[in-house]
Amino acid sequence: MEQHEAQKNEYNIIGTRPIRHDGEDKVTGRAQYGADISFPDQLYGKVLRSPHAHARILSIDTSKALAMPGVRAVTTAEDLPRLKDRMVAGEAGAENIRYVTERVLASDKALFEGHPIAAVAATDPWIAEEAVKAIEVKYEVLTAVTEVRDAMKDDTPPLHGELTTETLGEKSKKATNIVRHTRHKRGDPDKGFAEADLVIEREFETKTVHQGYIEPHNATALYRSDGQITLWTSTQAPFWVRRDLAELFDIPLSRIKVVPMEIGGGFGGKIAVYLEPLAILLSKKSGRPVKMIMTREEVFYASGPASGTVTRIKIGVKKDGTITAATAWMAYEAGAFPSNWAMVGSMCVLACYRLENLQIDAYDVLTNTSKVMAYRAPSSPQAMFGVESIIDEIAIKLDMDPLELRLKNAVQEGDRRADGPKFHRIGLKETIRAAMESEHYKSPLPSGANRSRGVASGFWFNAGMQSSATVGINMDGTANVTTGSVDIGGSRASMAIMAAEALGLTAEQVRPIVADTDSIGYTDVTGGSRTTFATGYAVYEACQDVIRQLKTRVAKLWDVQEDKVEWGDGAFHHVDNGKSPMSVGDLGPKLEATGGPVMGHGTVNPKGVGAGFGIHIADIEVDPDTGKVTILRYTAVQDVGQAIHPAYVEGQMQGGATQGIGWALNEEYIRDAEGRMLNPGFLDYRVPTALDVPDIETILVEVPNPGHPYGVRGVGETPIVPPMGTIHNAIARAIGLRMRSLPMSPPKVLHEILQRGQTVEAAAPVTS
Amino acid sequence: MKPLEYHAPTSLDEAISILKAEGSQAAALSGGTDLIIQNRARPLDLAHMVDIKRIPELNVLEYDAKNGLRLGAAVPCYKVAEYEPIVRLYPALAEGAELIGSIQIQSRATVGGNICNGSPAADTICALIVLSAICAIRGPDGNRDVPAVDFMVGPGETALKPGEILVEMRLPPPPAQSSNAYLRFIPRNEMDIAVVCAAANITMDDKGVTCTAATVAIGAVGPTPILVQAAGAVLTGAKLDAAAIAKAAKAASAAARPIDDHRGTVEFRTHVAGVLTRRTVELAAQRIKEDAK
Repeated sequence: MEQHEAQKNEYNIIGTRPIRHDGEDKVTGRAQYGADISFPDQLYGKVLRSPHAHARILSIDTSKALAMPGVRAVTTAEDLPRLKDRMVAGEAGAENIRYVTERVLASDKALFEGHPIAAVAATDPWIAEEAVKAIEVKYEVLTAVTEVRDAMKDDTPPLHGELTTETLGEKSKKATNIVRHTRHKRGDPDKGFAEADLVIEREFETKTVHQGYIEPHNATALYRSDGQITLWTSTQAPFWVRRDLAELFDIPLSRIKVVPMEIGGGFGGKIAVYLEPLAILLSKKSGRPVKMIMTREEVFYASGPASGTVTRIKIGVKKDGTITAATAWMAYEAGAFPSNWAMVGSMCVLACYRLENLQIDAYDVLTNTSKVMAYRAPSSPQAMFGVESIIDEIAIKLDMDPLELRLKNAVQEGDRRADGPKFHRIGLKETIRAAMESEHYKSPLPSGANRSRGVASGFWFNAGMQSSATVGINMDGTANVTTGSVDIGGSRASMAIMAAEALGLTAEQVRPIVADTDSIGYTDVTGGSRTTFATGYAVYEACQDVIRQLKTRVAKLWDVQEDKVEWGDGAFHHVDNGKSPMSVGDLGPKLEATGGPVMGHGTVNPKGVGAGFGIHIADIEVDPDTGKVTILRYTAVQDVGQAIHPAYVEGQMQGGATQGIGWALNEEYIRDAEGRMLNPGFLDYRVPTALDVPDIETILVEVPNPGHPYGVRGVGETPIVPPMGTIHNAIARAIGLRMRSLPMSPPKVLHEILQRGQTVEAAAPVTS
Repeated sequence: MKPLEYHAPTSLDEAISILKAEGSQAAALSGGTDLIIQNRARPLDLAHMVDIKRIPELNVLEYDAKNGLRLGAAVPCYKVAEYEPIVRLYPALAEGAELIGSIQIQSRATVGGNICNGSPAADTICALIVLSAICAIRGPDGNRDVPAVDFMVGPGETALKPGEILVEMRLPPPPAQSSNAYLRFIPRNEMDIAVVCAAANITMDDKGVTCTAATVAIGAVGPTPILVQAAGAVLTGAKLDAAAIAKAAKAASAAARPIDDHRGTVEFRTHVAGVLTRRTVELAAQRIKEDAK
């Protein structure tokens, strides 16, 4: 790892690499995941799912299933309250509770393959599986539409009869599959293009992709006779699960306790509820705990993948590389229910560039596919893929270095993002410069035929939102840190490091705890790259609370006024140096005698979020005979603010890059004409294996975020954004082909090569 | 999925009698790396699995210069890929065996199971075809031999009749100045199934100038693996120069009868069948040269 703007040893613990507190349990398999939960009297739940991507449900007969020995409960949409239209909080803006209900269990229409129709609880999973098959459903199969281009056509019947397009706050008259049209406009794009020396406009497409977390969704629910519900589940957002369930069942939050289990990956896909309400309904009916686990196929059919998209991007530049105008037209697959991902994409698409003249039009489009949910920097990869390709094309046409061109147009503090908001202190320029100065970028291009190098940039907002933390001081001066943030990417270690820094302890002296929803104050999702920033901020505040309280104790012990006691360098000092300094460790044993336990609280809703920018560099080789792309060398450069635990920052950058590489090269939902997925497993939905990616080198650029006491900026999402453009541009430079369509899988690349008329390279003589 | 009865017979006769008695409700279990997954993913409605790994005849692995190779149907792939005579004389077979799944899978999976699964994309079938393997079968009616090229009769279908077991594969000793190779194309570098695969077996004259015999087989490009006789014909008697090899590649592309599916297109498979033919012929020829040194 190279580190830029290396810290001047401002910190003692921050920036070190202690062993994670949850490491031993995870390495030995002792960590408790949702599948490990077990009760002596538990039942096993299975879901009957629609085999059709679009069908009217004419009847559901559960009598045969209910009559089977071992079957204890069957549930259908009839058991969920039928709620009136009401907007409730959702993961990307508000959503209508009626659609949440309909998504969880279909009542009238099955709107995607895998749409739950009914669920069964039985004494063993095999009985439950057989009982599901015994449920008789009559369908009237309807035409399925799974591609946004088709769904947008005037003559395509709308999925929901009543939905109209909302454009700039106004509703259309006619029902349609376009649920929202978002527009951002600045300056005069036509005038800007007229002033340009070079204008390039291209169309791009990407396919539906999945987060690919290894652990499938799971939920175990216990509905007690007193009406209290406990739910053990794998989620990124226990408080949101509680909220969604309270809305769905129309009951108070205090009746639901959500216990977040360890999570085997989420990447945005483990936020919404799927099995949770079904397990609760089945537990309510049977009076026993009900455990449900999805199969991999169910995860692919019926969880929340990322949108397939079509975008049309146009950029104009002067000869010197200055961008004069840009426009973007973008259509995003929403899945079967309204969502806002195109709107989010519209805020990302041009975020890296300083623009006077721009227009962005973004369309959220309903399709007969499972509702799209967040996936790591949701919507940004699809949006920026096209922009980054055109920027590269411009660099070639102007004979400019592609990073120089990006630097020339890069946004900085005070510039406005394309959709309006002003950037705070950001490190895009520092990141581009670090990439230009990197050993990788300065090294000669890879030698040999069909090889070259590509670069691209990436942006993610990063989020703030609400977090709570408590810090308790133990009798020996060590500390417990409790938060409501599920640990996906090493956040226990980060929380412990920040608390240790604040309290003058070592990371090992701090025990980080992830609490359930009954045991800590409200905390938003682990997502949006917000946890280290916002929950870390809450931990910092809780530590400050501890220090304020301890100061009183020190004053008491020293018999001085509180203003004579100062905190610094991990200890309390007497302002006149009249006393030996006291650490938190020294004070632990003295708490009982000076007033009792000390516990600090921190609650935040911070606004000083620091956006994240990255540049990736890839050297690749294309096999012109097969279209297969091999990555020879890969470097991820990113402004990470202050790296709290650099190993986990590097891990985030490597993980994001790897997921992006998969998205770039092979991952896609392949569907037949009826809208059924043909590759619902890891054999044919091809995430990269360890042999498909090289060691990903990382360069951490540290431009501290002034909005956080330790300069933290989210780091987890930005790194999935640049890989598609990076690899695309490298392919273009290696063999002169711009694919403009993801994934750039061997059959597609070979097709383009063959179309161009390139023949198989001559066979070399092998005999002499 | 319904409950399964597991049998682990130690003799061929016992295994055959269970398979015969239970008919379509029973299947022979070798490594199980295909069968168990298939029975779970799309239930085959099996009631009996007959584990054949404890039968001595199915665990034979021996080579001698006179009789060639005897490979028991239940020998795990890792042993095949490591067995010195196979690595030296039948490298195409070692290459196929070591491509099947991960190391863990190779410890269970067998060449016998690989071909009994009947997939035209099986990683060992092209090698067995070009190496002129004979499949020795025992059933209720006794023994019979089927050439590897005739073993698969359709996707998921083999020449095995109800109650029959594949006992071993017999490969003749390779002639002097010969070698062979197997390659497959997958979009990733591991953990995948061939989109196209090919094997070539080449014999050169004493001087190493002219090809005296050539066999090429391609897989995953039709309902069963294809022995490309036209490719062998253009190479036999030819110097292995670029033109001859290109002709063989073209013959392989012409012989391919692929379909469009989620793993590859007709265009891709047709083209790459030729590419892999060229590469396996080159590789086999290269090995002959290296062996001569």
